[in-house]
Amino acid sequence: MSSGEKVTVNTRGEREVVITRGFDATSTLVFDALTKPELLRRWYGPDGWTLAVCEIDLRVGGKWHFVSRRPDGKEIGQLGVYQDIQRPERIVNTESWEDWDAGETLVTTELSDRNGKTTFTSTILFPSQEVRDTVLKSGLKHGVEASYDKLAGVLASIAENIK
Amino acid sequence: MSYAMTASRRLDATFAALADPTRRAILARLATGEATVNDLAKPFKMSQPAISKHLRVLEQAGLVSSGQDAQRRPRRIEAQPLAEATEWLERYRQFWETSFERLDELLEELKLGRKKARPKKSKGEEK
Repeated sequence: MSSGEKVTVNTRGEREVVITRGFDATSTLVFDALTKPELLRRWYGPDGWTLAVCEIDLRVGGKWHFVSRRPDGKEIGQLGVYQDIQRPERIVNTESWEDWDAGETLVTTELSDRNGKTTFTSTILFPSQEVRDTVLKSGLKHGVEASYDKLAGVLASIAENIK
Repeated sequence: MSYAMTASRRLDATFAALADPTRRAILARLATGEATVNDLAKPFKMSQPAISKHLRVLEQAGLVSSGQDAQRRPRRIEAQPLAEATEWLERYRQFWETSFERLDELLEELKLGRKKARPKKSKGEEK
């Protein structure tokens, strides 16, 4: 059952990327789905990926460690430390990718509950503007989707005109 | 979202090159066919040196190459790096889009009080 809600991805300030999404559920449920391994395993990651490892020590200073297994069997690890936890409103944690040396990001996730509907806002703070921009900007001011549409448009004309 | 470092560097260069609207417009123009610096300068109402500067960034990112004709040096678009960048963006968006759609379903189930979580596909081993 799709809610029809869309993910938005925007840049903010010099070093941040903000992801938002609405959910038709209370913030308590969303918080649990974000922090309980048995629930995370059921939704986290693209189709065909599985969370082979999902360890969460949900307390300030506690570590988390995910290993995602892609359909081709390759595994990708993410890990970090919790810096702030306020159930069901806010989680702050560090995050880095085991095979990607772009550095550590700081992720602040906020859940705003209004009449049982929750707005999820995740702010990713990159170590430098350079890292954020080189990886993500690419005209992303209007969101990943808009940017993707733009690139898709360019690619479509390439496909028509080259070969 | 995981790439070998060389691929990651190449993506960085591609994204940095694509971050500028003039460079995206140059690419869109080149997607319709080869063009010289002169051809490109006209519609953009920019000086040739300014266009050349943008072209250098695009060439360094591997998005544009120069043709055989030594005098005219027509530029053409190179599709491969763009395809890689698009694939990366699509993966990034897909990562959240598909995850959240699945989360919608899970939340519906939790709301109904069926709290017994069924394992997704393969059962993950608790470590």
